[in-house]
Amino acid sequence: MADPMKIRATVVGDKVEVKVLMAHEMETGQRKDSKGAIVPAWFIQNVTATVNGKTVLSAEWGPAVAKNPFLSFRFAGAKAGDKVVITWTDNHGDKRSDEATIAA
Amino acid sequence: MRPKRIAAAALAAGILSAGLALAQDKDSTSRQIERYREALADGNPAELWEARGESLWKEKRGPKAASLERCDLGLGPGVVKGAYTVLPKYFADTGKVEDLESRLVTCMVALQGFTPEQAKKDPFGGPGKKVPMDALVAYIASESRGMPMHVSIANPKEREAYELGRQIFFYRGGPHDFACASCHGAEGKRIRLQDLPNLTNPADARRAYTTWPAYRVSQGEVRSMQWRLNDCFRQQRFPELEFTSPASIALSLYLARTAEGGVMDAPAIKR
Repeated sequence: MADPMKIRATVVGDKVEVKVLMAHEMETGQRKDSKGAIVPAWFIQNVTATVNGKTVLSAEWGPAVAKNPFLSFRFAGAKAGDKVVITWTDNHGDKRSDEATIAA
Repeated sequence: MRPKRIAAAALAAGILSAGLALAQDKDSTSRQIERYREALADGNPAELWEARGESLWKEKRGPKAASLERCDLGLGPGVVKGAYTVLPKYFADTGKVEDLESRLVTCMVALQGFTPEQAKKDPFGGPGKKVPMDALVAYIASESRGMPMHVSIANPKEREAYELGRQIFFYRGGPHDFACASCHGAEGKRIRLQDLPNLTNPADARRAYTTWPAYRVSQGEVRSMQWRLNDCFRQQRFPELEFTSPASIALSLYLARTAEGGVMDAPAIKR
C-alpha cells in the first residue's frame, strides 16, 4: 500500500487552489540497478480530482514525471468546506485515494 | 613615464571591470539557483517523510511492541517540539553526547527492544528502499521549524566533543590531503555552480545548519545531518564516517554550536 498523499486546498479569490504531493517511485524503465538489470517501469498513469462527485481534473501521466510528484491546479465551482478527492492509479494497477477539506 | 602610467591605469580599470562582470555573472547564477529553490519549496516532498515519521513515532514497533512516544530527545520524555535545536547534547542516562540519530538508536534499543545493530542497520534510504530513520529525523526536525538553535557546551563531555569536532573540521588527511576546512573554511569557494558555505563564519553556518535535514531533488530522498557528514567524508576520500560514531557527533556539535541562534528551517529542499 502506497503512502498517503499530502493535499492542501484553499480558496483563492473565486477559485480553489489545490496542491498535492504524492509518494511514488516513478521509475522510468530506463534505469539499471547495480547488477546491470533494468529496473522495470513503475509510474502513475492516471490522476483524477473530484469535488462533490464531479471530476474537476483528469490527467494521464507518463514516466517523465519526477519521483514524489507535486501537482498544483486551480478550479472554479467549489466553496470552503467541500471535499476534494484525489485518486491515482499506477501501471501496476496500484491505487491510492485521499481527500482534503477546502479551507477558506 | 607618463604614458606607461596611463596604460597601467587603463589595464587596472580593464581588470576591474572584468572582475565586476565576473562578480555579476556569479551573482546572477546564485540568484537563479535561489529562484529554483523558491519554486521548489512550495511542494517540498519532505512533507511525505514528515508524515511517515510522525506515524512511525507513534507506532508500536520492535520486540517490545512499544512506540517512541516516551523517548527523551533532550527536553524530557516525549517532547518533540524544539528538540532538534538542543541537539547534540549530553545525556546522563547513557553518559554520552548524542545527536538526533544516535539518540533515536538509543530509544529504539531501550524502549522498543531492538538490538543496536538492528536499529543502525539502514541509516539512509535509497531508490525503492524506505527506512524509518530518515522519516523520523524529518518529522522531529520539522517540529523545530522557526525555533533558534541553542546547543550547550557547558558539560565537560560536550566541551570535549566540541573541541574534538573542531579538530576534525581542520584535520587534513586522506589521499587528497583534504580537510572539511579546505572547502568550508574560507569565503567564496564553489563546487561546480554551488556556493559553498564557510562554516567557520556564523552567518554561513547558521544558513547551512538550519536547512538540514533536506530533501535532495537529485536523489529523491530526505537526507539527514549524519548522511551529509558521511558524504562529505566520502567526497574527501576519508575513511568512511561510521553512522552515529562519536566522531560524527563531535563534528555535528561543532557545526551546531557555530550555528548558534540560527532559526531552524528544515527539512529544506536542495538541488
